[in-house]
Parts: sequence; structure tokens; C-alpha cells
Amino acid sequence: MIRLRWAVWILVALAAGLLGLFAYQLRQPKDEFVHSAMIGKPIPAFDLRPAIEERPGLSSADLADGQPKLVNIFASWCVPCAAEAPQLAELERNGANIVGVAIRDRPEDLAAFFNAYGNPFSRVGADDISAVQLSIGSSGVPETFVVDGKGVIRYQHIGDIRETDIPVLLEQLRKAES
Amino acid sequence: MIAELGLAALWLAASLAALQLLAAIIVVRGGGTEGEESMGGLVRPAAVVQGLLCALSFLCLLLAFVRTDLSVALVAENSHSAKPMIFKIAGAWSNHEGSMLLWVTVMGLAGGLIALVERRLPNRTMMATLGAQAFVALGFYAFLLISSNPFERLNPAPAEGNGLNPLLQDVAAAYHPTTLYVGYVGLSVAFSFAVGALLTRQVTPEFARVMRPWVLGAWIFLTLGITAGSYWAYYELGWGGWWFWDPVENASLMPWLAATALLHSASVLAARDALRAWTIMLGVVAFSMSMIGTFLVRSGILTSVHAFAVDPERGNFILALLAIYIGGALTLFALRASTVSEGERFSVLSREGALVINNVALSAILGIVLLGTLYPLVTEAFGVRVSVGPPYFNPVSAIFFFPMLLVLAVGPLLRWRRDSFDRVKLTMIAVLAVPVLVAIAMWAITGIGLLPLLGIALAACVGVGSFMPLRGRSLRRLPLPVWGMVIAHFGIAVALFGASANSAFTVEKLVAAQPGDKTEVGPWTITLAAVTPVAGPNWTALEARLGASYEGDREVEIDPQARNFWAPPQQTTESALLTRWNGQLYAVLGGEAEGGRWQLRLWWKPFVTFIWYGGILIALGGLLALIGRVSVDLKRRSARRTVEARRAVAGEAVA
Repeated sequence: MIRLRWAVWILVALAAGLLGLFAYQLRQPKDEFVHSAMIGKPIPAFDLRPAIEERPGLSSADLADGQPKLVNIFASWCVPCAAEAPQLAELERNGANIVGVAIRDRPEDLAAFFNAYGNPFSRVGADDISAVQLSIGSSGVPETFVVDGKGVIRYQHIGDIRETDIPVLLEQLRKAES
Repeated sequence: MIAELGLAALWLAASLAALQLLAAIIVVRGGGTEGEESMGGLVRPAAVVQGLLCALSFLCLLLAFVRTDLSVALVAENSHSAKPMIFKIAGAWSNHEGSMLLWVTVMGLAGGLIALVERRLPNRTMMATLGAQAFVALGFYAFLLISSNPFERLNPAPAEGNGLNPLLQDVAAAYHPTTLYVGYVGLSVAFSFAVGALLTRQVTPEFARVMRPWVLGAWIFLTLGITAGSYWAYYELGWGGWWFWDPVENASLMPWLAATALLHSASVLAARDALRAWTIMLGVVAFSMSMIGTFLVRSGILTSVHAFAVDPERGNFILALLAIYIGGALTLFALRASTVSEGERFSVLSREGALVINNVALSAILGIVLLGTLYPLVTEAFGVRVSVGPPYFNPVSAIFFFPMLLVLAVGPLLRWRRDSFDRVKLTMIAVLAVPVLVAIAMWAITGIGLLPLLGIALAACVGVGSFMPLRGRSLRRLPLPVWGMVIAHFGIAVALFGASANSAFTVEKLVAAQPGDKTEVGPWTITLAAVTPVAGPNWTALEARLGASYEGDREVEIDPQARNFWAPPQQTTESALLTRWNGQLYAVLGGEAEGGRWQLRLWWKPFVTFIWYGGILIALGGLLALIGRVSVDLKRRSARRTVEARRAVAGEAVA
């Protein structure tokens, strides 16, 4: 009987712990973003063919050439990607080296997209089955990663780039240089 | 005026609950003086009138929805004048406030019913039970009246309402939440009985007999609710799956598991006066699971496909209720458990022994499902995001589920208290040989995966085993509860067979088809005839006309749709189903592809319908058992009355 009583008190303690957990989690702001687990790690090896004729493709070796870069995961069929185009252009004017990974896209659609919104990318790789996107821990388009000169992922921006995000990304690029 | 009448009825019901609680406390704590006992006279009428007032309040809300009274905020937010009548009515409980009002209404009516009819328990236990019921109800009244008033007015009234989430504009949505709620709340009665018995330390077989019909009733509704919900998700969400281990599905499964365990342990207590403390604890746990389920759904603490009615503020309120009721009941149990004297003993090889194994396995599965459901919450507290799905739930719960099924197949053959292995040896070997033979045969013929193979083998085993208790007994004189047990156990076998066959033999095809194209999926040949626009009362849709021919038979037409609702604007897929006795053809129309082609998703799902037939059989078994128990009780009652009447007559004659 004594043992039974202890077992039951453990149950009470478990229930209390559970309620405590509920109380704690209710007070946490809900973060629906899926953050990459790859931040701080070297980018996995890949080699993407050029997505359009005018620019070369993208490989992991290109990202470890000593210069920090912005890697923009985008697609011509993605509306927020069009919305962030002016901000990408602004980043390029400020000296950022931007490379693109086009997700499940076609050359003619991409050409139309760049015609309409401009092309800020020095390289555009075609990721037809989202392999690179998934390997660097991106769950959607658009997303923008800061990769330093050694090819290590330093920072992840989820969603479209707004005006207010430009200084943040430039600051992250500057930090990636050191 | 209708809304104000409903609100007033609700306030009155709440104050009656307070009165009921106070009077019950005075009786239970009192020393039995005449004044205190007379307070007891208040308790039952208060419970009955409270139930009626709740019903009146709910009727008022229904009326407001039927009339589309847009000056009521809830109607304006969830209804629309152009909506078909059935969905206007269903709209009354397809939202947070309305569903909570439904909750207290069912609870009030259940409380009123026990107050009206239940006379078997000692008076003090009964008063404690009704007091507990009032105490639980008070919390939910407070929740409704303070933070989710369903009768709030809008001034000025809007010209048109917002509509109802189109996913919920479906006949299943009209009865799925209601049946589940009746089940959840029915367990509150079991909870109150358990608390009442603990307070007065009267844990007797009589208590189990009184509680059992309520558990059975709640369990029947939970079974039906889960079955209906599963079928609804299957055809409405258009993924072709029937169980997703979604947190909200788990929230309905957990009370069902606890109620199933409670049902079996209450049977042991009623028949053999054993498992006293355990039965009480299951009574507490079952309703706790209902409340945790409601909390998970209503607070939005877990992300889920069921996020129709979510509000974190209200989460705090329900959390407080959880702390009071679950914490309070468990603490009471911990304090009193050791004073509940131990029940009868029994040997391992006995009916009780088998039922204990069943209880342990059910509790283990309950623990597994609870852990899997809450694990993302735990890791999130440490900054790690995970989601737990079928790769965890299926194999881990199978570890306990499959052995439990073996016990289920042979347990009912055992005698109470003590049985000898020699007596049941032959039958047991016969029953247990079935799965081995079926497994070998299936493996040789088809070479399917391990879990489906085990599932089909055990389904055969349970199917045969479930009818064994009928052997050598007169079918005409067999009591209804035994029939109920046989049918419910057979239902488990049927559902398990359906689930296993579906996961083993389903054929899936995704095609981009032009009108005129033919596609083969399993034994079916599907021809896309045309894709045409159609219009409904509050939606427009693209409809594909498909001709489906089974093994070259005559073509049957099916029409899956991609629907666009305009109030509120949202897209849904309406899958088209073609049911044969041996399975279902499931067709979904996707988007338009290039070159005038249409995406079609086609599945041939052999025996998938058996899952839900099984669910219905399980509920039917429960219903037979319930009818059997209640009719025996009624007979006893009328017999007692006759005896009393005779005594009275005899007494007069002597006088």
C-alpha cells in the first residue's frame, strides 16, 4: 500500500509537470518558421547546371572561393520572390555578391522573370528536385542564406526580404568576411 | 430577445450548479443532522433544472443560427444567409463558443439524468457524485460566461455573415463533433462517480455497476465519433489516408483508450470486486484525457490540421480548469488510494488476469500516444523542433497492441478467479494457430510488409477467437452483454483487417490526363470524359467526369471536384468515391497541367471500408451491452417495487 501511494504521487508530479509545460508553452510566442539546422556548418557538396544561358551554374566549390555571398533560394513561380526583387537589386548595388538557386523552374519562365524584375545574380543554378534546398535546410521560397568565404553557412533569412532587412543582411555579410 | 433569453438561462444554470455544489458539500461533510439532510433534497432538483436550462440556452443559440440573426456576433462570424439550412444548424457548434455551450449542455443533461434516475448508491456517495459533477460544470460555466459568451451582440449588425470554414461544410461536420462531445462529457459522469466514491470511500461492485452504463454510453459515442471523424478526414482532406496521428485525432483517441480500459476494469470490479483503486484511477484519467484533448484543440498550443477554432487566451482558462480538476482529482486519489481497501485476489490465469493484461496494454498505448503527441511540446521548450508521426506511432503502439490482441482472442474463454490450463489448452492452441497459418499463407502468396502481415494474421485470430465464447452455449439464452462483447471484439478484427489490407495492397497513381485518356489503377480502368465547371449553392467548382470500369465491367461515372467557396473564399477538393464490397476507388481532381491536361490522383484501396464497418460494429457491440445492462437494471427495479408493494399490502393487512 505504501508503494502504491508513492506511485500515485509520482503520477501527480507528472501531471503537475505536464501542466507546467502547458503553461510555459502557452506563453511562448508561436514561431512557425522552420530554422535550418545547417547554420554554422559547411555547405554540403553539390553541382547545379546553369538555370539560364546568360549565367554560369552553381556548385559548392563556387561558394568557397574566399568571398562571402548571399545565396537566394527562389523560383519564377513564387510571388514573394518577385516582391523581394527590388531589395535584392539594392543589396547588389551595395556590393553584395548574390547567387541564385532556382527551384523547380524552366529556362523560359526564368527569362521572363528576369526580364520583368531584373537579374541580381552572378550565378544561377537549377535545383529541379529541391535537393540543394533541402540539404541546406530551407523549407520554402524565398529564403536567403549568408555563406562565408570558406563555404560555411552563417545566417538564414526566411521569407521575402523587406526594406528593413537590407541593413541586417549587409551587416551579416560584413561579419562573414572576418 | 432570443440571445438574451439564452444568456439568462445559462447564468441561472450556473447559479443552480453553485447551489447544487453547496448543498452537496453540506450533506457530505455534515454529521447527518436533520437540517443538513434536508439540504440534500435540493441537490437532485437543482441538477435536473440545471440540465433543462442548459438545453434551453442551446436551443436559443440554434434558433439564432436558424434565423441567421446577424446581430449575434457568433452568427455573424460563422454563418451566412446563403448557407444551406443543415450547415446553418451545424454552424452553431462548429466554432469555439458554440462547441463549449454544447459541452456544458451535454454535461448538464447528463447530470440531470443521473440525478433523476440513479437510486442504487448510498445517499452520501450520490450527493458527493452530484457535488463533483456541479463542481466540474461550474468551471465550464465560468469559462463560457467570462471568456467565451456565445450570445454576445454586435452593434450595429453587419449586413452579411462571414460564412463557415468550407472544410466544415459537410454533413459529417454536423455529427462528428457532437458525438465526440457526448463521449467526452459522458466520461465526466464517470469522473464524478469516481470522485464521489473516493470522497466517501465507497468503492464497491455496486458503484461499478452504476458507473458502467455511463462509461459504456460515453464509449459508444467516442467510438462513433472517432469512426466518423476518420472517414470524414479520409474523403474530405483528399489525401487518401484515414488516420494521420494528428494531435487532434490523438486527443480523441486517448479518452477512447482510457474509456476502453475503464470499461473492462469496471467489469472486473462489478463481477469480482477486484481492481478497486485501479478502476477509480482510470475514471479520473479518462475524463482528464477528454479535458487535455479539449485543451490541445482549443488552445492552439500544438499546430494541427484542426486549427479551426484556436485562441491562446482561452488556453490559459482551460489550463486553469485542467489544473483544478486533474490536479485536484489526482491529489485526492493519492491521499485516499491507500484507504480504499484491497479487493479480491485472483490468479494470473483467469478472466481477471486477461483483463489486467488488457488494461496494462491499453494504458501503455495511451502513454505512447500521449508521449508522442506532447513530445514536440517538450522539445520545443528546449528549442528543438520535431514532429512525431506514423514512423513512431505505428511500430511502437503495435508492440503493445498486437500482444493485447492475442490476449483478447483467448481471454473471454477463461473463467473468473482461477482457471486451469488443461481446460482451455485445446481451444487456445486452435485459436492461436490461426494467425500463424494465415501469416505463413499471406507471406507465401504476397510478400507484404511485417506490420500489415501481422495485422492481417491477428485480425484472423481475433475474428475466430471473438466467436469462441458462443461455443457450447444456447444462443437464445445468451445475455445481451455477451453478444455485445462478441460483436465488439469481432469489430476490432474487421477494422484491423481493413487497415492492414489497405496499407498492404493500396495502388496509387498520379497522372496528367487529357479528356479521352485511359488510366489503369489496380483492377480499374479509368477514362477521363471531360472537365466542366459546375455551380453549387455557395461554391463553384471544376468537375471531372470519369468513367470507371472494374475488370472490364460496365463503366460507372464518378465526378471528383475542385471546389471554390466564395463565403469565405477557399479552395477544397471533393474526392469521388466508388465503393465495392472489396474496397474503394478514390479519385481526386488536381490542378490544370499544361496542354489541356488535368492532374488526377487515383487510388484503389482494397477493403479500406472495413475500417469503418469495424468501428460501427464495435459501437454496436457497446450498444447491445448497454441495452442488456440497462434492461436488467430496470427489471430488478420493477421487481423491487413489486416486492415493496406486496410488503406494503401485507403490512396493511396485518394492521
